[in-house]
Amino acid sequence: MTAEKVFKNPANLKRRKFVNSLMIFLCVVSSVLTILPLLYIFIYTTQSGISALNIDFFTKLPKPVGETGGGMANAIVGSGILIGIGGLIGIPIGILGGIYIAEYSKSFLAGVIKFTTDVLSGVPSIVVGIFAYGVVVLSMQSFSALAGGFALGILMIPTVTKITEEMLKLVPQSLREASLALGVSRWKTTLKVVLKTASSGIITGVLLAIARAAGETAPLLFTAFGNSFWQTRLDQPIAALPLQIFVYAISPYEDWHRQAWAGAFVLIFLVFVVNFLVRFVTRNKYS
Amino acid sequence: MFLDSSDSIEKFGLDFIFSRNWDPVREEFGALTFIYGTIVSSFLALLISLPISIGVAVFLSEIVHKSVRTSLSFLIEILAAIPSIIYGFWGIFVLAPFMRTTIQPFLQSVFGFLPFFQGTMYGTGLLTASIILAIMITPIITAITRDVLKAIPVSQKEAAYALGATKWEGIKMALLNARSGILGGAVLGLGRAIGETMAVTMVIGNKAQIKASLFEPAYTMASVIANEFAEASGGLQVSSLIEVGLILFGVTFIVNSMARLLIYSVTRKA
Amino acid sequence: MTFADTEEEEPEIEQASDPSVIIKNAVTTKDLSVYFNKRPAIENINIKIKRNSVTAIIGPSGCGKSTFLRSLNMMHDMTPKAQVFGEIFIHGENIMDFNTVDLRKKVGMVFQKPNPFPTMSIYENVTAGFRLNGIGSRKEHDIIVEKNLVSAGLWDEVRDRLKTPALSLSGGQQQRLCIARTIAVNPEIILMDEPTSALDPVSSSKIEELIYNLKKDYTIVIVTHNMQQAARVSDQTAFFYTGRLVEISKTRKMFTNPKEILTEEYVTGKFG
Ligand SMILES: Nc1ncnc2c1ncn2[C@@H]1O[C@H](COP(=O)(O)OP(=O)(O)OP(=O)(O)O)[C@@H](O)[C@H]1O
Ligand SMILES: [Mg+2]
Repeated sequence: MTAEKVFKNPANLKRRKFVNSLMIFLCVVSSVLTILPLLYIFIYTTQSGISALNIDFFTKLPKPVGETGGGMANAIVGSGILIGIGGLIGIPIGILGGIYIAEYSKSFLAGVIKFTTDVLSGVPSIVVGIFAYGVVVLSMQSFSALAGGFALGILMIPTVTKITEEMLKLVPQSLREASLALGVSRWKTTLKVVLKTASSGIITGVLLAIARAAGETAPLLFTAFGNSFWQTRLDQPIAALPLQIFVYAISPYEDWHRQAWAGAFVLIFLVFVVNFLVRFVTRNKYS
Repeated sequence: MFLDSSDSIEKFGLDFIFSRNWDPVREEFGALTFIYGTIVSSFLALLISLPISIGVAVFLSEIVHKSVRTSLSFLIEILAAIPSIIYGFWGIFVLAPFMRTTIQPFLQSVFGFLPFFQGTMYGTGLLTASIILAIMITPIITAITRDVLKAIPVSQKEAAYALGATKWEGIKMALLNARSGILGGAVLGLGRAIGETMAVTMVIGNKAQIKASLFEPAYTMASVIANEFAEASGGLQVSSLIEVGLILFGVTFIVNSMARLLIYSVTRKA
Repeated sequence: MTFADTEEEEPEIEQASDPSVIIKNAVTTKDLSVYFNKRPAIENINIKIKRNSVTAIIGPSGCGKSTFLRSLNMMHDMTPKAQVFGEIFIHGENIMDFNTVDLRKKVGMVFQKPNPFPTMSIYENVTAGFRLNGIGSRKEHDIIVEKNLVSAGLWDEVRDRLKTPALSLSGGQQQRLCIARTIAVNPEIILMDEPTSALDPVSSSKIEELIYNLKKDYTIVIVTHNMQQAARVSDQTAFFYTGRLVEISKTRKMFTNPKEILTEEYVTGKFG
């Protein structure tokens, strides 16, 4: 009753209409404010990055301080190795966790796993780095590719788990029942019917996790550590693209900044491509 | 981690949290300045980001047409996916100079009577770090707020419109109903800001001090770990840094658990 | 009133526990009850179903038809909040003595909405029961595919495109594919939960024809909302109401001269 009185009172109407327009205007302003940095960062990185990008960047080693030229070939390969190790750890564990949460969601353990991954996804990556330091670096007595990969692997788990869970939940219950009704056991059903049906969605999730891991810097600082030479052994410090960008970005040298922008462009390009891909695949499938 | 930091826990005890001293040469370690830097920068970021995020979420879920909504959501998703090193890099070369030449002089001329906006304008510093953090956590808070708004039954808003409410009044009602979920999103964003490392390290100035002015450089828990860990000289310094990491972990764990519970409480009901 | 006979002259409740009666029938349930969250969905159902017969189950929505059907192949063990009480015998064997996988090979199921596996071709769908369990050679599969598609009346329509995705078929064809998939594993009993309710009349009548043909090899239990369908395809009909079995009789009798007033009201459309 009172609500009606307020809403129908003509004296208020003008003011209320004004507030309405103002608030909606503010919402539009917020959206513009949010998109602006994105566009700015994207355009700026692209501009500075593309102009600095050349064959050397992908094929040469870094030059010593003071000399111009050189590239980040070792860092690109290093990032590839680190992501490879991370993927070997993070992807299977993440997918298993996702399966458990989605397919056995009634069990207490599934609830615990879900909560843990949700919270784990909020643990700062630098803390994960310390954890990897404690587990791998201290026991091997050296910074190493393994330690960096281990840290990235842990960081990938929550992303992969989450997307696996969501994709498995999109698989209709009727398919599980169809398979069970044919006399196929529960775990074969999960593996050969449910997981297979959801596979393209899960692959996109894995790609997302990889793109994110590719840009992680903080946990690599004292695990992979970085290296300005060719180095592919797993028990030695190894270069990584984001580490190299960091070192170059905070250096005082013009030419290093240029190369750092090129690296940043490569990273941002990767992020865009993967996100577009994911968008494309998930849209085709489920809407 | 607990074991690895036992040295410093034994040596400094509770003083670790309340001491401002951080002196690797004399092996005296106290984390107060870092805790201060982390708290101020993340809360300031939240303060800037929260109203904007709510605005964007409302814009996305209530105002804009569906076709715009999908592309805008997509752009915001990408914003969340950009590596923090790139934010930091951009922060050094674009945002910090812009702060020094435009924003900070403006703030000083208008609010200069407040201690927060006095002193030298370096460009880098606490305020710049907070702005970068705000940009980085906006996508997170926006996404959660949008989901939570979606979980509010349409019938409530329709009832309000039927009574002659304006669009904003209907939205306000939905926001009020969704407040615990939005709070959850905000806390989640806070957690992210607390733990953010690279972008902050690159623009906050990295000076262990506690000053009233937001233009002054500062230092956060995450940045001190990032800067000193790999080169830490003695066992005690490493152990102290690990203890900082432990505090960071504890804080983000609590903050994130709270956020999740708040968000579950709204989305479960729907 | 908890027990109802297939035929009037058949013996009374006590003899249901007589082993010879249990073995003679394809399905026998004794005091079968299913609870969801402690609330009963069906209670004390006693039914006997003869071999190579078609039994139709009718009743208003929510009366427990699907619940009954799904208890026969232990589908409820997927739902933790479901509890099943009483006994079920399949050809004289208590289903608790089977593991679920073996039971479901004996008791196949066709669902309301056609649900072929979307990632598989027509060929792979028919042989899914073997492939998923890793059984059978390529040659054996070829034979299985042809034989069962013929039985399901689909062979002529799809023989040229066995490798195409199953989802490229029409709804009615998909449902026949699902039937082929079900009979391919050689069950003894086939459960069908409203198999034609998502289909057009022409497709439905093809399925009905198929059911009639399958009768000589299988025992069929079919849930249907369509009274005419029940009258056309079934030998006996069971009427469920609010979780109870009101009456089970020969179909002709059920629709002309039912024992219970409630049945009469339902089949003549007075409610439901
Ligand atoms: N998974 C479940 N969880 C909780 N309750 C259920 C579940 N499945 C069925 N029920 C309940 O059991 C009762 C019987 O449901 P059932 O699906 O067997 O009805 P039905 O006769 O098949 O109806 P319809 O003709 O609509 O298919 C209903 O009250 C339903 O709400
Ligand atoms: Mg049903």
